[in-house]
Amino acid sequence: MNQPILVHGEKIFNESILYMDGVTVTFDGFRALNNLSILLEPGELRAIIGPNGAGKTTMMDVITGKVRPDTGDVFYHNQSINLALLDESEIAQLGIGRKFQKPTVFEKQSVADNLYLALKANRGTWAALSFKPSRTQQELVEQVLQRIRLIDRQNDSAGSLSHGQKQWLEIGMLLVQDAQLLLVDEPAAGMTDAETEQTAELLQEISGSKSVMVVEHDMEFVKALDCKVSVLHEGSVLAEGTHSEVQSNATVIEVYLGR
Amino acid sequence: MQANSFFSSLLSDLGARWFLGCLLALVVLVPVLNGLVAQDSAFYVPTYAVGLMGKYLCFALLALSLDLVWGYCGILSLGHGAFFALGGYAFGMHLMREIGERGVYGHPVLPDFMVFLNWETLPWYWWGFDSFIFSILMVLLIPGLLALVFGWFAFRSRVTGVYLSIITQALTYALMLAFFLNELGFGGNNGLTDFKDVLEIDLQSDATRRGLFIISGLALAGGFILCSWLLKTHYGKVLLAVRDAESRSRFLGYRPENYKLFAFTVAAMLAGLAGALYVPQVGIINPGEFSPLNSIEIVIWVAVGGRGTLHGAALGAIVVNLAKTWFTGVLPELWLFVLGGMFVAVTVLLPKGIVGIRFYQTKPLLHRSKTSQQPSGSELGL
Repeated sequence: MNQPILVHGEKIFNESILYMDGVTVTFDGFRALNNLSILLEPGELRAIIGPNGAGKTTMMDVITGKVRPDTGDVFYHNQSINLALLDESEIAQLGIGRKFQKPTVFEKQSVADNLYLALKANRGTWAALSFKPSRTQQELVEQVLQRIRLIDRQNDSAGSLSHGQKQWLEIGMLLVQDAQLLLVDEPAAGMTDAETEQTAELLQEISGSKSVMVVEHDMEFVKALDCKVSVLHEGSVLAEGTHSEVQSNATVIEVYLGR
Repeated sequence: MQANSFFSSLLSDLGARWFLGCLLALVVLVPVLNGLVAQDSAFYVPTYAVGLMGKYLCFALLALSLDLVWGYCGILSLGHGAFFALGGYAFGMHLMREIGERGVYGHPVLPDFMVFLNWETLPWYWWGFDSFIFSILMVLLIPGLLALVFGWFAFRSRVTGVYLSIITQALTYALMLAFFLNELGFGGNNGLTDFKDVLEIDLQSDATRRGLFIISGLALAGGFILCSWLLKTHYGKVLLAVRDAESRSRFLGYRPENYKLFAFTVAAMLAGLAGALYVPQVGIINPGEFSPLNSIEIVIWVAVGGRGTLHGAALGAIVVNLAKTWFTGVLPELWLFVLGGMFVAVTVLLPKGIVGIRFYQTKPLLHRSKTSQQPSGSELGL
């Protein structure tokens, strides 16, 4: 399965957790993604930046199965699985978790129940009827509650949390889900500076054992992540490199400032 | 041990405790006051009232089953009456077969309406209904199967909201038109009636009335406990998650269509059971039961009682039907206005229904925040 992969015209032999190959998505004639190719290595932390309408959220929609690409493939795990052929729940069951731009939690249920809903387990209807969290699973939920600093709020309804806390809860849901690939859309929005810093630390901690893709507008936050950055522009990758490389790239500056 | 912890947590809920307590009291007291108290006593409950209350209990079970899908799963079914009517027809068929030779035409096998239509033999789909056990199975299986097939197509195609409501309405309307046809073999316009007895016990006797009342009460309690249990499991939590954020639940790996389908099928079977208990108590089942208006009325019962609370839904059915009995007796022409008015009043003033009224209101009614008073479209299941 480990065939050479072509990214930006260069042959590379790296292992991949995610490899998007020439993905194009068109909405009513508008090319949201234009022959987009991107490769994520296992355990990598990657930041995706780009101006509004660059296709960041559409890219996440394609990976998670919400949007089907017109052309192109989305390979998971060394090209063993083509995600473009699967639907949302199948993709989620493969271990791809997503945190939405607008925090989306189950507002009427308790914080702890939100985590139990996300907990990695059989998703079948019959299994759910008899599901009881094991001792280990309860401990995992408790640990995550500590980690996302919501242990004191665990019995409150998720709807009563602040915007920043909902963001954390959603990250916590990704943790208990035991996702192998985490897609995190604007995690720092609505957070205080201190919370933003903690979020960056948390994402760095997670990467290594899991692969994380972060879409973000906040350049300070991206800098704090200290990872490879891909710049999206008009539906394809414009530049890739470290934060400082990207920041000094002439085309990137033009795209960001010249509009 | 698990069952024990379920019951203790069920009984720790105030609404559930009151509901089951009152129901138990009713199931014991009403038959005693009918059977053991002298007829001239002030405490005597006349037999017609026993039948009436038995009917209300069936409606309460029906409302409960609608609340399972509407209140907890966000499926606003405007055709739930179809499952009730199908259950009723299935049991009505058994009661028809029990008439035997005592029909007007005295045919040993064929019900009167078939003799009248000059039919020679019993259609194949009437086979087996001479057996009580088979009929009870059909009471559950026919509505369940219809819900399973209908729901499978609807939920898999991701039909939701108003569109789903409209096709459920179309479903019950289509069934109504079909059952009006004589050729279908269910008695056409007149439906099934003239029942004599059930399990060789005279249907008209006071003891049978009491028995049916008790069974209806127990069925309601059973349905209530079943739904409460379902909602307490992990399945119930996923169901709420699907109701509140269906697409989000997909991104966690759940298949909302399967979760909905299960609830929809269980609800249809409970509705079928309610219909089967209703028919021997009112003595007739006809295509009118499929009328879309009936299904809309069930929605109103649930809204009035309190959508999303099982005891509220059951209470709503009883309260609205008590009002209906009274109004249609005293001011029949006003009833529909009252029904509509009730629905509007509850929607505007009591979005949580009767059981949502708090007598120890901490803040004055007028100063409550506006957002909590106005149910959004998604809360109404639209």
